[in-house]
Amino acid sequence: MRNVFLFLKRYSVLIIFLVLQGLALSMLFSYNRFHQTTYGIFSNEVAGSLNKRVNKVESFFTLSEQNQALRKQNAALLSYLPSGSVSPDTSFLVVSDTIAVDSLKSYRQYQYFDAKIISNSVFLQQNYIVLHRGSVQGIVSNMAVVGTDGLIGTVISVSENMAIVMSLLHRQSKVIAVLKKGSGLGEVTWDGKDPRFLVLSKVPKTIVVKKGDTVVSSPYSDKFPPGIPIGYVEKIDQDQETNTYKLKIRTAVDFYAVQHAYIVKNLLQEEIDQLKSTAIKE
Amino acid sequence: MSLLFKNIIRFLLIMFIQIFMLNKIPPLHQFIVPSFYFVFILWLPFKIGRTALLFIGFATGMVVDMFFKTPGLHAAACVLIAFARPSLINLLLPKEATDWGNEEPTKKTMGSLPYTTYLIILTLLHHFYLILLEWMQFGSFLYFISKLVATSLVSLLLILIADLFFNRKSRLR
Repeated sequence: MRNVFLFLKRYSVLIIFLVLQGLALSMLFSYNRFHQTTYGIFSNEVAGSLNKRVNKVESFFTLSEQNQALRKQNAALLSYLPSGSVSPDTSFLVVSDTIAVDSLKSYRQYQYFDAKIISNSVFLQQNYIVLHRGSVQGIVSNMAVVGTDGLIGTVISVSENMAIVMSLLHRQSKVIAVLKKGSGLGEVTWDGKDPRFLVLSKVPKTIVVKKGDTVVSSPYSDKFPPGIPIGYVEKIDQDQETNTYKLKIRTAVDFYAVQHAYIVKNLLQEEIDQLKSTAIKE
Repeated sequence: MSLLFKNIIRFLLIMFIQIFMLNKIPPLHQFIVPSFYFVFILWLPFKIGRTALLFIGFATGMVVDMFFKTPGLHAAACVLIAFARPSLINLLLPKEATDWGNEEPTKKTMGSLPYTTYLIILTLLHHFYLILLEWMQFGSFLYFISKLVATSLVSLLLILIADLFFNRKSRLR
C-alpha cells in the first residue's frame, strides 16, 4: 500500500496530465455524436450572452448590407400581394379570400421564426452559428435555418434562449439538393477549403449542367422547405471513378456577412416522424 | 500590481483579442487560423507549480473551446504544452526554474536565443497536437503538414508583435 502512495506521489504530475488529456479527448470525440451535453448547454448560454454583447457592436458595420438584403426580400414579398397584380382580362378576377384557400384544402406546412445570428464562423473545419432563439421560443433541434438569400444550416442543439446551428460550412453537413431547372438529385457537402464554395456530388452525368445553374433544396427532404437556393454552379468537374459530376457551387448566402436568419418549423414533422417510426418497426 | 491580478487582466485581454478579434478577421488563407491565446501559458511566471500549470492550461483551453464549439480540442493541446513547459525551461536554462521567483519568461530573463527556442518549440508542439487531432477526423497528410507550418508561422509572428506590445519588463533585475 505504501508503495502505491509513493508511486502516486512520484508520478502525480504525469497522472494529472494523463487524466486531463483523457477528459479533454473524450469530450472532443463524444461531442460530435452527443450534442446535448451539459457542457454544451452551459457553455451555450455563457458564450451566447457574451457573443450577444459583442455582436451588438459588430452588427453596426454590416447594417447597410443587411438593410439592402431585407429591402430586396421585402420587395419580392410585396410583389406577391394581390394588390400588386392586375387581372389581364375583365372576365377573370383574382380573388384572394380565405374561403378559396379553405375549399382548396391547402394548409401551411412551414412556419418561419425570425432569429438574430449572434455568433458565426467561417474559417474552421466545423463551423457553427449561434442564434438568439431557443426552446422557450419553441425551437427544437433538427429544424432548418434559412437566410434572406438561401439555406444556412440545421439546428443541432438548443438551450433555453440559444440555438446552435450546424452551418453548410461543416465537414459533417450533408444536404440533399436538386438543380432548379429540374432533375439532378445530388448531395451538397463542404470540402473544408474555401468558405465561399460548396461541393455538389452524386449528380448523374446524363444531366446537362451549365455554369450558373441554381442549386436548390430538394422537395424530398422533410426538413428543408423545397426550392430554397443553396448556391450557383461555378465549376463542373467530372468524377473519373463514378458516373457522376462533382460540381463546385458558390454559396447563395454570404456566410461572411450573414446577420439574420429564419428558423423553419415543419408543422407536419411530428406526423412524418410517427409514420417513419411505425414503418421501421414493422 | 500583484502577480495574480496582473495575470488575470492579461488572461482577459488575451482571450478578448483571440475570440473577438482574431476569430473575426477574414481568413488569410483557406486554412490559417491566427491563434495566439496559448501565449498566456508561455508567459506564466517561472515559479508556478507543475500541477497548477496543468490545471491552468486545461481551464485556458476550455474557455477557448467554449467559443469555438470544440470541447476538449484546445484544452488537450494546452494541457500538453503546460506539461512540456517546465521540462523545456529546465533544459534551456542553467538554473532550476523555481529559483527564478516571480519572473516570467521574456527575452531579458532568458536571453534571446533560449527564449526564441522556447517559443518556437512550444508553438510547434501546440499546433502539431491541435492539427493532428483535427487531421484524425478528416484531411490528408499534405494538408496536415502545410497547415502546421503556415499556422505556426502566423502564430509566432503574432507572439512577437504581442511581445513588443505588452512590453513586459522584468522587475527583479
